[in-house]
Amino acid sequence: MSPITQAQVERACFELLKSASTRLPPDVERALRRAFEEETSETGKMNLQAILENVRLAKRQCIPLCQDTGTPIFYFRIGTKADLRADLERAARKAVRDATRLGFLRPSIVHPITRENPGTNLGRGVPWVSYVPLREKDWVEVVLLLKGSGSENMSRFTVLDPALGVEGVKKFVLETVIAAGGKPCPPIIVGIGIGGTSDGAMNLAKLALLRPLGESHPDGSIARLERELMEAINETGIGPMGLGGKVTCIGVKVEYAYTHTASLPVGVNIQCWAARKASVRLRSEGRR
Amino acid sequence: MGEFTLSLPISGKDVRKLKVGDVVYLTGVLVTARDRAHHRILRFLSEGKKLPVRMEEGVIYHCGPLARKEGSGWKIVSAGPTTSERVDAFLPQIIRALRVRAVVGKGGVRRKTAEAMREMRCVYLAFPGGCGALAAQRVKGVKRIYWSDLGLPEALWVLEVEDFGPLFVGIDTKGKNRYEEVKREAVRRLRSR
Ligand code: SF4
Repeated sequence: MSPITQAQVERACFELLKSASTRLPPDVERALRRAFEEETSETGKMNLQAILENVRLAKRQCIPLCQDTGTPIFYFRIGTKADLRADLERAARKAVRDATRLGFLRPSIVHPITRENPGTNLGRGVPWVSYVPLREKDWVEVVLLLKGSGSENMSRFTVLDPALGVEGVKKFVLETVIAAGGKPCPPIIVGIGIGGTSDGAMNLAKLALLRPLGESHPDGSIARLERELMEAINETGIGPMGLGGKVTCIGVKVEYAYTHTASLPVGVNIQCWAARKASVRLRSEGRR
Repeated sequence: MGEFTLSLPISGKDVRKLKVGDVVYLTGVLVTARDRAHHRILRFLSEGKKLPVRMEEGVIYHCGPLARKEGSGWKIVSAGPTTSERVDAFLPQIIRALRVRAVVGKGGVRRKTAEAMREMRCVYLAFPGGCGALAAQRVKGVKRIYWSDLGLPEALWVLEVEDFGPLFVGIDTKGKNRYEEVKREAVRRLRSR
């Protein structure tokens, strides 16, 4: 069996960048169509119609859905039995450079203090790359998230008093969504991480966004929390683009981890409707 | 809910006709600006320097376009709005000094800017957020780019647009503010949960 090669990973990363930037995942597109059916505000409906038209156009012409192609975030899930002979981070960087040069990504990445823009979307820590081992598997899965800043900027973290419990969590999420208003381009998807430590909760919130929209959490009590929050968020009436309406949110995803007895950390990561995520599974060349 | 097709520059009379909830399409020339450009505009104004492009009585579009080089020029590929609130602190002064007729963006602006808008008869127009491909369709050409030293997304792009929209009037010259109303109602509903 031949190994997974550098060229194979580079090609895969480039294809993910190109497809994520130009087309919406089917679960998200489906949810937006449903939102259009359900919306009753005239302004809201027209905004959703524009979104659907935009999705069609971008796909047909193979151009970026949104000019903010975001921060590229790669998750490499690596099977412990995969025969991998590639430098994954180097492959991701090359793909980002190429996708930027070809106009699939806007050069948005700058030095945090000087604001100098290298024009390549590359810099210390960007693309963001993380590695997750997969026990006993012989493949590598590459997951890409292009996270736009209009929604990423609305992220919030807090550590609640444990006595506040699930009601405290709900209140914090709702306050976060209301404060964000139209800024993260609603309808939004809300990723929530409960428990762990501070960085852990934020990480869980982002990982939650990777779950498909149609699928609720396997843990029944978490699935219920997702449903209740979704309803409560839509009851705010913020609506598409914050101009008022029935549909503010097309998905709520919660992940949790056990935490310290003195803590109740909550992380919220808001995702705009342009939820650009894509993934591919790599096996040794010649095997599918 | 009215629908208007206006040519740029917008006349003072036309801008007063626009009410919250109306839909507008614009044809003519507009200029993009983001965080760093706003900062520099203010500096130019305070130093009494002339801006590279005429922005008086014009439209400012909060946008950092994605463009591809084509021959000697640029082709706009995706050019939807960016969040206006990030430049909110600069806007009252810019609106007053340049007598801006419309600010196009997403998410709305804070109270002080809305007050400057009412005082100067300026409206806030929202382009559907994230609809960069749709917006690019309505851009007929790039006339000039200034201040590209700020980085391409942050530069001033002088764009020729046709039927640019749909744009939703979020704040009108009477000071009616749809974003504020929606937010106030959301807070009320949260409290009565
Ligand atoms: S929040 Fe999302 S959809 Fe809106 S402009 Fe940013 S990246 Fe695009």
